[in-house]
Amino acid sequence: MKKSTGEWIFTIINYTLITAGALLAIYPFVYVLVASLSSGDAVTAGEVWLIPKGFQLGAYEEVFQLDSIWVSYGNALFYTVFGTMFSLVITICGAYTLSKKRLVGRRFFNYMVLFTMWFNPGMVPHYLNFKSLGLYNQRLAVIVAFAVLAFYVILMRTYFESIPDSLEEAASIDGASDLYILFKVYLPMAIPAIATISLYYAVIRWNGFLWSMILLRDSSKVPLQVWLKKLIVEMNMEAQDGVDMGQYNREVMIYATIVIAVLPMLALYPFIQRFFIKGIMVGAIKG
Amino acid sequence: MKVTEYSKQTTKSTIAVDRKRSLWSQIKRDKYLYLLLLPMVAYYILFNYKPMYGLQIAFKEFNPALGITASSWIDPWYYYFQQFFGGPYFVRLLKNTLILNGYMLLFAFPLPIILALMLNEVKSQTYKKLAQTFVYVPHFISMVVVAGLVTNFLSPGSGIINLIIEKFGGEKVYFLIKPEYFRPIYVLMHIWKEVGFNSIIYIAALAAVDMELYEAARIDGAGRWKQLWHVTLPGILPTVIIMLILRIGHLLDIGYEAIILLYQPVTFATADVFSSYVYREAVLSPTPQYSLAAAVGLFNGVVALILVLISNTVSKKVTEISLW
Repeated sequence: MKKSTGEWIFTIINYTLITAGALLAIYPFVYVLVASLSSGDAVTAGEVWLIPKGFQLGAYEEVFQLDSIWVSYGNALFYTVFGTMFSLVITICGAYTLSKKRLVGRRFFNYMVLFTMWFNPGMVPHYLNFKSLGLYNQRLAVIVAFAVLAFYVILMRTYFESIPDSLEEAASIDGASDLYILFKVYLPMAIPAIATISLYYAVIRWNGFLWSMILLRDSSKVPLQVWLKKLIVEMNMEAQDGVDMGQYNREVMIYATIVIAVLPMLALYPFIQRFFIKGIMVGAIKG
Repeated sequence: MKVTEYSKQTTKSTIAVDRKRSLWSQIKRDKYLYLLLLPMVAYYILFNYKPMYGLQIAFKEFNPALGITASSWIDPWYYYFQQFFGGPYFVRLLKNTLILNGYMLLFAFPLPIILALMLNEVKSQTYKKLAQTFVYVPHFISMVVVAGLVTNFLSPGSGIINLIIEKFGGEKVYFLIKPEYFRPIYVLMHIWKEVGFNSIIYIAALAAVDMELYEAARIDGAGRWKQLWHVTLPGILPTVIIMLILRIGHLLDIGYEAIILLYQPVTFATADVFSSYVYREAVLSPTPQYSLAAAVGLFNGVVALILVLISNTVSKKVTEISLW
């Protein structure tokens, strides 16, 4: 098909804008990586844009020597793995039951989950509730806090509903119990959906910081994001004039820390992207 | 005739008996299903509904030593609401929340739609996939890191933005301590982080537009612009309306993780919102004002609930799609 001049101009502008947008989305990461490998002087002088200047790995060495980063890294892994497992068990078991249309009281339990999406009592009652349950400054608090999200319960329930009832009927005629049917018939079929919500939950866990910051007092228990918040934001606010942190420039150290912190997420990104988009489509179809 | 009436009666009564008996036997039959549901119900009661019960402290003189139930009711019951609405912060908090959300609606809401439309015009699938992969990345980066990037990039010492300003002969700007810059920074940060990810739903809607409609338009001699105007836009309009209504339903909610990370006392004038105020009064303060903060949270929650209910009703009327 022949394109008119106007269409050509449109196509060129469109491609240019999209390319600019894509580069803008990714450039901060490139800059952080490059700056973390450059000398502090070159970064401060504004000589670093795309290629490291005054190449060094010292900032990384210095960051690696901080015990606190490893402690918080380990904590973050712990909270992500066990927190996600906790979320998954409750979400999957509950969503399976809610997907059974024959269940007495199904509507009531569904509304019980849904209502939490539309009404939030706010921070104070939640905070006092955690305190009164003795969870303040406990690792368990981070595992259980906001662990079951209504949106993912619905997503999982919808998926279970899409599996034909005839499978359950056939299995129960053979004398299988509900538990057996869930674990041996439904779960293997629901693996794509389970992978999706696992990643949803894991990303939220890894990235979350607010309630970990509120609920944990001991620095030995805080996850990476809370530690990072202390390092990046607070130090920046206090030292606007550029006080040196150790041997290397403060910015360079912070950039190196950021690279270490986002590395797991970027490494998993190809998988995450695939499943996230699938999950959003499921949600979108449901409306 | 009589026979059928008789048989009708018996069927009726047996059904009634059946129902009575079967309700219990149905529950008994599904006992394992209820067992599977139990952890979730327990979780929701303990961590979602118990805090709702705890909201009563908004009407009580809360004493941490006595606990929620034993604390005494305050007279008059609206004491804390009066203190808040009549206090010096209410107008500022309301104004900041509404302006920030207004900016988000004005600038952050249309951009994902425009991005989706632009991507839709890209004919090379490889290029489209690549661009999408890039623009989704920032969504997966934590708010702490993003806020860290913002503070570093804007730093007057050696932040990249100030370096660029200097290169062009400008003067360094102390972005984060100037109240007038807070809102643009907040909105731009959100656009950078979420524009790609928020476009996914529109890309899905665009993919669902019937190809035959384009074919028909082309046969009628419609150019690209006319196709966009008469086929593409009407095709995604329902999705846009739903997203818009949802957004309006959340007019009083704002992502305050970002605010807590970026604001400072000097920028409170434009940056402080209801939830960040609650956080300071209840969690950070050495003398926590639990009851007052709970009252603010209750006000926020009730208004949000009302807005969601209204927007859902409107959505039902306009698009025949509702959230429940």
